[in-house]
Amino acid sequence: MTNVLFDAPGPVARRNSLIASIAGGIAILGGLVWIFFTLNAPRGDLPGYFDPSRWDVFADPTVWRYIFVAGVWGTLRAALTAAVFAVALGIVFSLLRSARTSWIRIPTAIVLEFVRGMPVLLMMLFILLVLNTGSFWAVVAALTLYNGALIGEALRAGLASLPKGQREAGLSLGMRPMQSKMLIEFPQAFRQMLPIIIAQLVVLLKDTSLGYIVGYVELLRVNMNQLASFYGNYYLFSFFIVTLVLYLAMNLSLSWIARWVSRRTASKTGRPTPNPDEENEELLKGIAKANAESRQTGQGSI
Amino acid sequence: MDAIIDNLPLYLEGFGTTLLLLVVSGLAALVIGTLIAAMRISPVASLRWFATVYTEFVRNTPLTLVLFFCIFVLPLLDVRLDFVTRAIIGLSVYTSPFVAEALRSGVNGVPIGQAEAARSVGFGFRQTVGLVVLPQAFRMTIPPLINVFIALTKNTSVAGGFFVVELFAVGRTVANARGDQVIPVLLGVAAFYLLITVPLGLLAARLERRWVVQR
Repeated sequence: MTNVLFDAPGPVARRNSLIASIAGGIAILGGLVWIFFTLNAPRGDLPGYFDPSRWDVFADPTVWRYIFVAGVWGTLRAALTAAVFAVALGIVFSLLRSARTSWIRIPTAIVLEFVRGMPVLLMMLFILLVLNTGSFWAVVAALTLYNGALIGEALRAGLASLPKGQREAGLSLGMRPMQSKMLIEFPQAFRQMLPIIIAQLVVLLKDTSLGYIVGYVELLRVNMNQLASFYGNYYLFSFFIVTLVLYLAMNLSLSWIARWVSRRTASKTGRPTPNPDEENEELLKGIAKANAESRQTGQGSI
Repeated sequence: MDAIIDNLPLYLEGFGTTLLLLVVSGLAALVIGTLIAAMRISPVASLRWFATVYTEFVRNTPLTLVLFFCIFVLPLLDVRLDFVTRAIIGLSVYTSPFVAEALRSGVNGVPIGQAEAARSVGFGFRQTVGLVVLPQAFRMTIPPLINVFIALTKNTSVAGGFFVVELFAVGRTVANARGDQVIPVLLGVAAFYLLITVPLGLLAARLERRWVVQR
């Protein structure tokens, strides 16, 4: 877009842009250096935050073992369990939501609307207090329900985006509607929406940190609550940085996988697949299209 | 049911704080997000790079960690603000990259032929952007932006876990005090959230529908 908006830059414009780029780079670098020195300045009679004495706990392998065994595994365990259930629930939701009979479709739509409009944290608290499940299952169940609803909508959008001929071909071969849906349409929709589903799983992984508030023992609680209070406030900042880096490492690698899958499926199917970076927009387009189509075919949506 | 009626003033107070968090951090996120989006499409390479790194960094950090930083780590850095202000800072920073992405995808979503057509009839940069691209981009940006604000509404509940007395925190306090009526108490909280999110969702759906018919 930008290359159409401007005339092609001449030598003066190119030079100006280079100068602006270098000046901007220096300004940003200056900001980072300022932040570093502000953090590193001594606080009262205590040393700055990058002083080696604030980081010596990490020389102890038992600290790392505890971080990984209790913290990282706690987070991953909840995320993996919830991911499996969420994808399964998403499949069920998408089938119910695109059912032909209105007394299945409409209640499902209401339930989905309700689930999508509620904070995950409130669901966790509700499950924890009402069903008395313990914090692990409260976290898993709430994440499953919420992400299952979103994955369901994504899959429905994927089903709606398929060419009509796919279903017609299935039916003309004598398949029952359900057979055609499960054997022909669904595998394609799933592959089409895989990047978006993985992007949603990044959200799920991030949201396991809400378990901190309802008392589930995961990375944030292990590092910032248990270890930081065991070693004292002196190390709080160091533990925070380590937690941040661990979260970034997990989430960025999953985001990277989403992008890789998106490229791979795009080259295989020869069709553009949704970009996981624009998940919201793609999802919106798909859902809007699904709604428009159901209106056209007389299966009014609510 | 009487647990809700008895505590209605508490509920309304919490609802007020939730609305305050939503409106103030929504506006702040809109400002920061617009800046980031402008940086991302700017011709200056270093700004583009900075905006990309910022977006990736913030989007892959859990909100709980951002708020933890604002509530527990900022005091270590001699920042003296009250809890609500610090929660607003955290929520706006966390929401800003999502706003930026919504804006950017809106501008990118305008077919390139539109800009080419405008250029070919002799429009300059300002006319192309002001008269042709932005009016269309604006329309395509509103539904995703509303969805960002719906997500922000739900995210304000996380602040309730960090000493900010908003709806979620009120719900938790009342539910702990009235152990016999946990279900109605929490459903009451949910109703207040739905009071914000469902109308916003319907509005977004309406606008999307118009937008689909157009294209």
